[in-house]
Amino acid sequence: MKNFILLLSAFVVFNCNAGGYKIGDIATDFSLKNVDDKMVSLADYKDAKGYVVIFTCNHCPFSKAYEDRIIALDKKYKAQGFPVVAINPNNPEVNADDSFDKMKVRAKEKGFTFPYLMDEGQKIYPQYGATKTPHVYILEKTDKGNKVAYIGAIDDNSKSPKDVTKKYVEDAIGSLLKGEQPNVTETVAIGCSIKK
Amino acid sequence: MPKQMVQILFFVLILSYSSFAQTYQTKETIVEGNISLDVYDFKGFEKLLKLKDDKIHVVNFWATWCVPCVKELPYFDQLNAQYDDVEVLLVSMDFKSSVKKSLIPFIEERKLLSRVILLDDPDENTWIPKIDKNWTGAIPATIIYNKDKSSFYERSFNFEELEKEILKFKN
Repeated sequence: MKNFILLLSAFVVFNCNAGGYKIGDIATDFSLKNVDDKMVSLADYKDAKGYVVIFTCNHCPFSKAYEDRIIALDKKYKAQGFPVVAINPNNPEVNADDSFDKMKVRAKEKGFTFPYLMDEGQKIYPQYGATKTPHVYILEKTDKGNKVAYIGAIDDNSKSPKDVTKKYVEDAIGSLLKGEQPNVTETVAIGCSIKK
Repeated sequence: MPKQMVQILFFVLILSYSSFAQTYQTKETIVEGNISLDVYDFKGFEKLLKLKDDKIHVVNFWATWCVPCVKELPYFDQLNAQYDDVEVLLVSMDFKSSVKKSLIPFIEERKLLSRVILLDDPDENTWIPKIDKNWTGAIPATIIYNKDKSSFYERSFNFEELEKEILKFKN
């Protein structure tokens, strides 16, 4: 029995690593509950040219360090057709700070200008292949669906906004707005593993 | 001896000394109470991933605020204590600004026996792939290596699982 469980868990781990989108894949839409208790889908944004989908959460210090920068991104790019859609992928039973009620509190405290959605049942983040918070997916709206154009970090300095030298997300959206593909399509940064 | 020759010799000495000193160079050392904590950038830290001795090195990336990391720390400490040929290095990803407030009190409170260092290097997109090309940057993460081979794990461990991996490094 123990061996079977080991085998099963190995399979699950393997599956999680193998899953997830690559650049150019079409990303799934979703219907997830926002902190205002309304359901939100990407399709709701009729005029959007794309989306900045950010898996983030309340408790993770790296997520917290980026909150102000995520608000700034939304303010700058929503009007240009690239709104931020934030999703909390964590199981609130593992970390109570990531509960839906606490999400409401945090969104209000910080004055989030974008939806902050709960990945109820944790069905969405594995499809995207998010492994940590924060983890960004920039999607470009095309005739075939929402195409993944960038995966990774927001910029190159999580700890100190003033020392940022490369703004990965801004650069990628800038390229897409010019009708070009981003120069840098994938980056990595330290983050908090998603709590299952 | 001609003056020029002396100058050259002096220059060579300085050069060799500075390259020697750089081998284990830390960015700084933070001292608080009985604990002194070495801070590395990636360039300094990288050398700790390539030690060619007879030990099995276990390098664990963690942070005080990372719940699954904190949960597995005792297993790493136990490994360090139980196996003479295993050397554990706990690499904290805590923010440097919270070292005195969080990290050092944590080390004291938990009575951590393994060596703890702080890796403080903002350019993560450059150094994370150098550690392992498949690492997405999530912690906890662990490297086990000896002079012959190396394995990387983006996952949590219990003691039995860790022991099983260690045995693979004992021929």
